[in-house]
Amino acid sequence: MAEVSLSGITRRFGDTLALDDVSLTVPDGAFVVLLGPTGAGKTTALRMVSGLDRPDAGEVHIGGRPVGGLTPAQRDVAMVFQQYSLYPHLTVRENLEFPLKSPLLRTPRAEIDRKVAEVAGMLQIAHKLDNRATNLSGGEMQRVSIGRALVRRPSVYLMDEPLSSLDAKLRADLRVELKKIQADFGATLIYVTHDQVEAMTMATHVGVLDQGRLLQFGAPREVYENPVSIQAAARLGQPRINLLPADLFGDAPPRAATIGLRPEQIEQGAGADSTVVRVERLGDQTRLHLIYRDHALVTVTDPHTPLGPGDLVPIRPRQPFYFDAAGARVA
Amino acid sequence: MSGYSITEPSRGQKRLAGALVILYAVITLLPLLWIVATGFKSPSDAISYPPKLVFEPTMEGYVNLFTTRTRVTPETLAELPPPDTWYDAIVRKYDMVIAGPSRYGERFLNSVIIGFGSTFLSVFLGTIAAYAFSRFKVPLKDDLLFFILSTRMMPPIAVAIPIFLMYRELGLNDTHLGMIFLYTAVNLSLSVWLLKGFIDEIPIEYEEAALIDGYTRFQAFRKVVLPQAATGIASTAIFCLIFAWNEYAFAVLLTSGTAQTAPPFIPTIIGIGGQDWPAVAAGATLFLAPVLVFTILLRKHLLRGITFGAVRK
Ligand SMILES: Nc1ncnc2c1ncn2[C@@H]1O[C@H](COP(=O)(O)OP(=O)(O)O)[C@@H](O)[C@H]1O
Ligand SMILES: [Mg+2]
Repeated sequence: MAEVSLSGITRRFGDTLALDDVSLTVPDGAFVVLLGPTGAGKTTALRMVSGLDRPDAGEVHIGGRPVGGLTPAQRDVAMVFQQYSLYPHLTVRENLEFPLKSPLLRTPRAEIDRKVAEVAGMLQIAHKLDNRATNLSGGEMQRVSIGRALVRRPSVYLMDEPLSSLDAKLRADLRVELKKIQADFGATLIYVTHDQVEAMTMATHVGVLDQGRLLQFGAPREVYENPVSIQAAARLGQPRINLLPADLFGDAPPRAATIGLRPEQIEQGAGADSTVVRVERLGDQTRLHLIYRDHALVTVTDPHTPLGPGDLVPIRPRQPFYFDAAGARVA
Repeated sequence: MSGYSITEPSRGQKRLAGALVILYAVITLLPLLWIVATGFKSPSDAISYPPKLVFEPTMEGYVNLFTTRTRVTPETLAELPPPDTWYDAIVRKYDMVIAGPSRYGERFLNSVIIGFGSTFLSVFLGTIAAYAFSRFKVPLKDDLLFFILSTRMMPPIAVAIPIFLMYRELGLNDTHLGMIFLYTAVNLSLSVWLLKGFIDEIPIEYEEAALIDGYTRFQAFRKVVLPQAATGIASTAIFCLIFAWNEYAFAVLLTSGTAQTAPPFIPTIIGIGGQDWPAVAAGATLFLAPVLVFTILLRKHLLRGITFGAVRK
């Protein structure tokens, strides 16, 4: 296992800046989650580390070594691709064996069988081992693709939205398994996701990417509680942070253009009245859709709330975030 | 919803389609049946008018194809010991004896060596070139590809004289190697273009996965690209073989003895013993066999190959 660092990585595709001077250090044994909207540059960042793509500027180090001139094989990385990329002419078993049989590893037969069985069991695909890789559901393909990475013990795992097409139960199971593998083997993992539960529960560090720039990098709680910008704040939190004119609730700090309120930053029962539009019961969460001085906002409330549409609730901000016109945090 | 839906064709539609296919097959196969039948006719049956649909089959055509014969006087014939093989007996009915084997076997073997040799080379070089054009940044790629294709635009015979002169200087006239090179050069453009199409269809992600899995680029090519390109390689091989196998003009011009292929040889059979159509037909029938067998062996790939572009995504 190894530390991974990117320094000043820039990558252009024509006019698109896919990565814009990105620097970050993934400590040995860390579980780093990259968050960001589609097109933010998350996949490109993984490809820089894997060696499938080269930066226009900047350097990648793995285990303290510059890897600029090394092939993906020499970098000793395992990658789960966003689009699965299972070898269509091979069976599931042969797909899982493929990395173990590489000229680099040349794993003995018994060891191959043991590892394939272990990983297949963990991913619940043991009964599909002799299927053609093309003869699987999307979720099964995704699991095989994860398995192809997990049979190895590389210096770093790169996973591009690996759980995106699994059902909720399997996703929860695999979250636990991945976290366990990372903890047991001290694996370094860089993981791309849209799922905020995955980010909050598995990550030791979260990196927020937007339009090729790394907006913030830190522990998940820190990114959540202390976002540096509107974009970073909007990446985490369900329901999403409410963004309203800065002076909506009264005095705002100088230069503040926007006030950001997560549900826990909205105190109910004090302040000025807002009108309930809708009560949304999601099971584990009850959301309150409110109108406050012609602005819509969403917060959460007690599951047994007696409130209904048309009722009035007084609200006021509690330690809100303030952002300037460009979106940077000012308070 | 539109008024159309994709459903099974009705029974009537299926029958009509089937009948049309059979009709078409019969029409296209008729000349082939004619050739095969003529091979088993006697020379007089072969030229009788109206043509005989029912006739007594004989192996004369095949015997004449594979042998050279000399005419002898009836007296000499009477003095000979009785024929010891069935083909001796057939020949003696015409007051002839077998003088030796004909050159058909050699010419046929030449066709096999040159046809399959050039097919192998075309497909081998074509695959490598197509992979490079498909995957790498080749300077002037589009121009090069157009140039490669443009070699197909002129009739090959337009360059026959220069090639004849070049080959004479190089000592390649009437050699197997010369013919293999020539057919490879002609087929290579087709091969590169066809195979590039097939390789373009194989997503590059599979190779990237293999690179990550610890393989070199060449190993990824062998283990991941080649198996998936098998379809394209098989269909390309068939097209190349068909051209090389049937090529006539260059073969007439550039070969006369050692390396002569079957196509220019077969018509010369006519001259050996008058109008020997059955022997010509027999030679043509046998000549059809290798391409037929090769195509049947690869037919699974070929069918998938032809529909390849239509099925994906
Ligand atoms: N091979 C490529 N060619 C051209 N543009 C690309 C290529 N790869 C990525 N891009 C562009 O770079 C940006 C970042 O892409 P990507 O890293 O795939 O984003 P993400 O994974 O965060 O959705 C996007 O605007 C995308 O269109
Ligand atoms: Mg992506």
